[in-house]
Amino acid sequence: MRVTTIILAAAVAFSSASFAETTAPGDIKFGENGEIELALTGTAGDVATGRKLFMNRKKGNCLACHVNTDMAEQTFHGEVGPELDGVADRWNTAELRGILVNSKKMFEGTIMPAFYRDSGYNRVLKKFDGKTILSAQEVEDLLAYVATLK
Amino acid sequence: MKITSLLPLALCITALASVVTAGEDSTLSIEGEVFLTKTAAPAHLENVDEIFSGWTYRRDETQALQMDDFDNPSFVFIDQALDQFEMVDGSAGKACSSCHESAEGFSGLRASMPRVNSAGELETIPELINNCRTERMGAEKWKWSGGQMSAMLGLIGLQSRGMPLNVAIDGPAASFWEKGKALYYQRVGQLDMACSSCHEDNYGNMIRADHLSQGQINGFPTYRLKNAKLNTIHGRFKGCMKNIRATPFKEGSEEFKALELYVASRANGLSVETPSVRN
Repeated sequence: MRVTTIILAAAVAFSSASFAETTAPGDIKFGENGEIELALTGTAGDVATGRKLFMNRKKGNCLACHVNTDMAEQTFHGEVGPELDGVADRWNTAELRGILVNSKKMFEGTIMPAFYRDSGYNRVLKKFDGKTILSAQEVEDLLAYVATLK
Repeated sequence: MKITSLLPLALCITALASVVTAGEDSTLSIEGEVFLTKTAAPAHLENVDEIFSGWTYRRDETQALQMDDFDNPSFVFIDQALDQFEMVDGSAGKACSSCHESAEGFSGLRASMPRVNSAGELETIPELINNCRTERMGAEKWKWSGGQMSAMLGLIGLQSRGMPLNVAIDGPAASFWEKGKALYYQRVGQLDMACSSCHEDNYGNMIRADHLSQGQINGFPTYRLKNAKLNTIHGRFKGCMKNIRATPFKEGSEEFKALELYVASRANGLSVETPSVRN
C-alpha cells in the first residue's frame, strides 16, 4: 500500500516536472524568419545521441537527403538537400532549431519534413496520427549534434 | 607528387561510379528491338522538359536483367499466365481462350489504358479482366495485386511492348485527369510530401542508396528485386504512400485510377516496357 502511494506520487511529480519543461508543438514561438530562440526542453541536447538520431532511418534519417562528411563511415549520403558540412557556420542555433522543427517556416515549399509538428497534415497513417517525427528532447539532441558541424 | 599519386585513385572512383549507375544516356534494347527510354515531355507537362523511363536510373546489373527475356525473372509469371489463359474457371465452363483466341489479340491495349468507357467510367485493365471473370466466366474476381492478376497483367502488357504509351487525357477523360493531377501534387502523410516532391523536383538525385526516378509507369507490372514478384501500379502507389507515412487509397479506388491516368499521361511517348525489372 505504502509502496504504491510512493510510486504514484513519484510518477506524478516526475511527469508534471517534465511537462513544465517541454514545449508542445502547438505552443512554439517562431521568429520572423522561422527561427526558434527558446529550447524545447529544459535538458541540454546530447551530441552523441543526436549523432545517432541523424543517421537513424526511423528517426532523423537526415543522411537520406544530406551529405555529411563527419559520417564518412556511413555509405550512400543523399543528394536531395544541401550538404551539411559547415551548416553551423551558415546558421545560428535558433535558426537551426527552426529548420529542424518546421523548415517550411523558413523555406516555403521545401520537401523537408517538419520534425516537431503534430497537426495540419493530410491522410496521416493511423499509427503516426497526432504525433511528431521526433520528440522535443530528440530535436534538442539532434540540434546539439548539428551545431557541431562547423 | 601527391597529386599524381591521387589521380589514379580518382579515376578509379569515377569508373566505379559509372558502373553503379549507367545514367541517362544508356540504351535499352531487347532481342534487337530498341526502346525509347527518354524523349521530349508531352505538351501538358509544365515543369519537365524530358521524360525518362525508370530503367534509366537503375544499376547496370538491374538494367541488364531486362535486356534478355531469359534473364528477366518476370517471364516465370508470364508463363504461368499463359497456362492460366487456357484454364477453364467458373460456372460458365470457360477459359480466357474460349473467347480470346490468344493473348496477342490484346496488342496495343496496355499503351492506351486507363481509358473512359462508353458508360463514362474510367476503366483499367484489372477491371476488364475481373469483368470478364464475373460476367462471362462466372468465376471469382481476382485480387487487384494478387499473383494471378499481376501475371495476367504482365502477359497482356507484353503484347504492347515497344509501343509508345499514348493515353487520352482530353474529352471524357479530362475530368479524371484533372483529379489525378491534383492528387499528384497533393502533399500527404507525416512526411508531408507529394508525388512531385520526389519524382518531379528530385529525379536523378540519390535519396540515401536509392536513385530517384521520374516515377514513370510504362514498365508495369514490374518485377522488383526487392520482393521478387510482379508489382502492379496501384500496389506501387500504395507502397509510396506508406513510405511517406500516409494512409494509402485502396487499390482499384477512384483516386488511384485517376492518379494512374495522370501518371500514365506523364509517360506518353515512352515505350511500353512491360514486364520491366526494377530494384
